[in-house]
Amino acid sequence: MTTRTTVTDGLRSLSAGLREFYEAPYRRTLSRARRDEDDLFTVVVLAEALGVPNPASYYTVELLPLVADRVHEWHTRMGMERSPLDGISCC
Amino acid sequence: MNSLVLAIIGIAMMLAGYFVYSKYLARRVYRLNAEFRTPSHELTDGVDYVPTNKFVLWGHHFTSVAGAAPIVGPAVAVIWGWLPAFLWVTLGTVFFAGMHDMGALWASVRNKGQSMGMLSGRYIGARGRNLFLVVIFLLLLMVVAAFATVITNLLISTPTSVIPVWGAIAVAAVIGQMIYRWKMNLLLTTVIGVVALYSLILVGDRFPVVLPETVLGMTPATFWIVALFVYAGVASLLPVWVLLQPRDYINGVQLFIGLGILYLSVLFASPTIVAPAVNHAVPEGTPSIVPLLFVTIACGAISGFHGMVSSGTSAKQLDKETDGRFVGYFGAVGEGLLALGAIIAATAGYQTLADWEAVYSAFNEGGVAAFVEGGGAIVNAGLGIPVSLSATILATMAVLFAATTMDTAVRLQRFVVQEAAEIMGFRVRNVVATLIVLVVGVGLTFSAGADGSGGLLIWPLFGTTNQLLASLTLAIIAVVLLRKKRNPVLVLIPLVFVLVMSVYALVVQIGTFYADGNWLLLGLDLVILVASLWVALEAAIAMQAARKGAFDPETDDPVLAGSGRGGTVGSD
Repeated sequence: MTTRTTVTDGLRSLSAGLREFYEAPYRRTLSRARRDEDDLFTVVVLAEALGVPNPASYYTVELLPLVADRVHEWHTRMGMERSPLDGISCC
Repeated sequence: MNSLVLAIIGIAMMLAGYFVYSKYLARRVYRLNAEFRTPSHELTDGVDYVPTNKFVLWGHHFTSVAGAAPIVGPAVAVIWGWLPAFLWVTLGTVFFAGMHDMGALWASVRNKGQSMGMLSGRYIGARGRNLFLVVIFLLLLMVVAAFATVITNLLISTPTSVIPVWGAIAVAAVIGQMIYRWKMNLLLTTVIGVVALYSLILVGDRFPVVLPETVLGMTPATFWIVALFVYAGVASLLPVWVLLQPRDYINGVQLFIGLGILYLSVLFASPTIVAPAVNHAVPEGTPSIVPLLFVTIACGAISGFHGMVSSGTSAKQLDKETDGRFVGYFGAVGEGLLALGAIIAATAGYQTLADWEAVYSAFNEGGVAAFVEGGGAIVNAGLGIPVSLSATILATMAVLFAATTMDTAVRLQRFVVQEAAEIMGFRVRNVVATLIVLVVGVGLTFSAGADGSGGLLIWPLFGTTNQLLASLTLAIIAVVLLRKKRNPVLVLIPLVFVLVMSVYALVVQIGTFYADGNWLLLGLDLVILVASLWVALEAAIAMQAARKGAFDPETDDPVLAGSGRGGTVGSD
C-alpha cells in the first residue's frame, strides 16, 4: 500500500468518525422529527379516505400505495386500535 | 511546588486508576464479559441502538460529561489551597467517578440500555422514579441559574470574549447549514468552523465590548443575564439541527483543543504554584473545608450527571460490554484532567502569593475569572500567545461550554415541565413550557440581587444535588450487585461518603442562608435535604431487600417461592 492511499484511507476514516461523532447524539431527535413529518404527510394523503375533502386528491391518490404499508404503524401510534379506513384493513 | 510535577503526579494517578483499578473492577466487581450480547446488537434499530466504535463513543461520552462545571468547581475550591482540591479530584476520579460512570454504564447495558430513571423504578421501587425526576429538575434548574451568572461574570471580566461568544452562535448556525443543506464534507466543515471561531477570537481581542453603565435601563450584569436567558429560550425551541447540534459538535472539538493548549503550556512553561498547599489564612466568611470542598467540586471528582449520560445514551451504543471500561472509566479520567488543568491554572498563573490572595479575596471570588486570568498567563509563558489573547481563548472556551449546557438544560427542563403537566392532566405548548422554565430560572438567578449574585451562591447547592444524583446511581449499582450476590463494598464506601458529605453540607448551609436571610435558597436547601434523606432511606430499604431475597442470576428479577419469575420489567 502506498503512503498516499494510507493517507486517503486515514482521512476517510477520520471523516467517518467525525460524522458519527456529529450525528449519533441527535439521531433519536431527528428521526422523531422525521416521523412527525411523515405522519403529517400520511394524513394529507389519506385525507379523502378519512372523509376530509381534499382538492388535491387527484394527485394524492397516486401516493396511496406508498403510504399503505405504514398505515398500521401510523394508526396504532395515533392511539387508534383499529384502522380508521374502510379501504385499508390491516388488523 | 512546580505545576508540571503536580500535573505529572495527577496524570500518573489517574492512569494508574485506569490501568489497575478499573481492570480490577471489570474483572471482579462488574465482571464485564466480551461475549455478552449488548443492547446495541440485541436491539439494533439504526436510531438509538447502534453498535459504535469505542473511541467515537468515548469522544461522545467525554464531551457530553465535561463542560464548564469541572472548571468552575475546582477554580472556586482552590481557595482552601491546592492540595485538598488536587487530592479530591485525583482520588475522586480514581475511586469515585470512574467506578460510578463505569458502573452506571454496566447496569444500563445489563438492562437493555434503559436510563437511570427507569432503573431506579426497577431496583429501588415505584417512588424511586419520582424521586429521580425531582432531583433531575432541581439539578437542571440550578445549573441554568449558576451558569448564567458564570457567563455574565466572564463577559464582564473579559470583555474581549464578547464578540467570539456571540459570534460562535452564527458560526454554529452556518455549520448546521453546511452539513445538512449543502452536504459538505465534515472534516472540511470542522476546519472551517474552528478557523472561523478563532478568527472571531482574534477580532474580539482587538475590539473588547464593554457595556455602558446602563443598557435599556439595566446594569450590564442584569442585561447579560436577561440576554442569556432569551438566547437559551430561543435556542432550545429551534429544531436541534439548526443550532444545538452544531454547537455541541464545535464544543466537543474545542474541548480537545483547549485541553491540548492548557497541558502543552504547562509542559513548556512549568510555572510554580504560588498558592499555598493548604490555605490557613482563608478570607473571612469562607465556609469550613469539610464538607464544602466535597460539594463545591462535584464534576471532576464524582458527578451524578454522568450516570444520566452513561445510562440510556452510551449504553445503547456500546459495542462490547468490555468497552465499558474505556468509555465509562476513561471518560471520567478525561474530566478529571480538565479539573486538574483548572486547579493548575487557578493556582500557578500568578506571580506572587499576594497577587493570588488579592484575587481570592472572598469565597466565590476568583473562580472562573481566576482560571481565565491565571490560565492566560500560563498559556502566554508556555506557547508565547499574548496574555490578552490567551485569556480571550480560555474565556471563550469556558463560556461556550457553559452556554451549551444552558440551552440544553432549558430544553430538557421544558420536557420535564410538559411531562409533569401531562400527569396533572393538561397539555402545555412548547413556548409556554419554555417561558415557565425561563421565569423560574431568571427568578432564581436574581434571588439574591439584581447583579445575579444569587447564581453563584447556588453553586454548592448545585454540587450537592449532583452528588445526590450520584448517590442514587451508586445505590442502584449496589442493589444490582447485591441481587447478583456480589460484594458491593467498593460501591458502598463512596456512596456513604458522598451522601454524608452532601447532608452535612446542606445542614451547614441552612445556617448560612438563614443568617443571610436568603429564604429562597433556604427553601431550596430544605427541599434538597428532604430528597437526600429520602434517597438514603429508599436505598437502605432496597439494599436490605436485595441482600435478603433470592434473585434470578440472569435477569435480577426476584424469584418467588413456588412461582417462576416475578417482578417488573419496565420498558421505554
